[in-house]
Amino acid sequence: MGPASLIVLITAAIAFSGIAILISRFVLKATTNKQKGEPYECGIPTKGKTWVQLNVGYYLFALIFLIFDVELVFLYPWAVAAKATGWIAFIEIVIFFFILFSGFLYAHRKGALKWL
Amino acid sequence: MWSFSQIANNVHEWLGRTFSPSMALFFEMVLAGIAVIGLFALLGLVLVIMERKVSAWMQIRLGPNRVGPKGMLQSLADTLKLLVKEGLTPDGADKFLFNLAPFIAMIVAMLLMAPVAFARDFQLWDMNIGILYVSAVSSITVISILMAGWSSNNKYSLMGAMRSGAQIISYELSAGLSVLSIVVLTGSLQISEIVHSQANGWWIFKAFPTVLVSFVTFIIAVTAETNRAPFDLAEAESELTAGFHTEYSGMKFALFFLAEYVNVFIVCAIGATLFLGGWMPFHIGNWQGFNHVMDYIPSSLWFFGKTFFLIFVIMWFRWTFPRLRIDQLLTLEWKYLLPISMINLLITTAIAILGWHF
Repeated sequence: MGPASLIVLITAAIAFSGIAILISRFVLKATTNKQKGEPYECGIPTKGKTWVQLNVGYYLFALIFLIFDVELVFLYPWAVAAKATGWIAFIEIVIFFFILFSGFLYAHRKGALKWL
Repeated sequence: MWSFSQIANNVHEWLGRTFSPSMALFFEMVLAGIAVIGLFALLGLVLVIMERKVSAWMQIRLGPNRVGPKGMLQSLADTLKLLVKEGLTPDGADKFLFNLAPFIAMIVAMLLMAPVAFARDFQLWDMNIGILYVSAVSSITVISILMAGWSSNNKYSLMGAMRSGAQIISYELSAGLSVLSIVVLTGSLQISEIVHSQANGWWIFKAFPTVLVSFVTFIIAVTAETNRAPFDLAEAESELTAGFHTEYSGMKFALFFLAEYVNVFIVCAIGATLFLGGWMPFHIGNWQGFNHVMDYIPSSLWFFGKTFFLIFVIMWFRWTFPRLRIDQLLTLEWKYLLPISMINLLITTAIAILGWHF
């Protein structure tokens, strides 16, 4: 079907979820009380704010991920041409991986991959 | 013998003869949309009952057996129950993002259907960048999870979403690298070309040791990417109640659930396409007679058989391995899987250039 299929799929997804939610709105008889809107925390009233600062470890991993993901994007066109290009492609990718890997080793040495 | 591609062609021709071109295109789009929604709903029902039956089988118990023959209609009954449940929105929640998140999860799961080859010449869109498209679209899932977790105003949800974010983005790397080894061997990102390159044997047999390594890393990585046990830290029941969808109820919860199961199906379908030949029957080199016998089994049966085998393997994992801790999870990815898949990609490239595969 070609590119039109993407429109079809997005429309189908929105229609499917929208109709499902709408049907459930019509079917049920909603009641309200004070307890219903409270966040679920195993029955105990919540203390403090939810949106607090989290462990910095998550962000460190996100930063390292960014480096490697950009690398992965570069690898896609290389992978398509690798077999036709021959040994030059292989040597180039070895150099590319060497640079990346030294960055990875640096992050490892600095303790960025250690979870606190 | 009739096949999916023949049915699609016949419908296409009939619409072209009966209506004007623009109307024919419109009706074709509507039909495709209905078909995709039907497949989606069916997959959800089948996978949920399969999960429950497989877990029952692994634990030597019966599983659901009341609704319908052998309990096969249980998931339909569950859907009806979820339909009449109230969809709550917590008071402190960010209402817009809270309601948007299940839609994004569904759209991503649905968009991933586009390049999947269900049978011979039966695909929604055989794009020339199929693999890149899959890895690009599947990484949007993390946005819906982070959105759901952050907007619920619940500490469990936030913790689950943060863990899930760290996990999905980490495992995306080794999944991408293991997929790339097949791209190197094939020299194409197009799904149909990758399937046709396996006409004389599947890649897992043709380039044996290295592709087996990338297959194993791929399966581990997609298990983590779809948030399934043993990597289900994002929704660890015993620690975080339900992780990022703790506050979701009723139909919105059902949508998350459905999207998750369809994601499992799609990653298994991609794995089956890349490593096990997709809809390509089991062929051995130039054995004409054997290959001819194998061709009699319909291509859609091959595809769904392989895909459901991989889904079964992923369900098997759930009852075999205990859940990992977050630090063990990240150690496994960054210190083991990533270096292994990088070195494996280098070896595969050397093999591809030397031509040391069948």
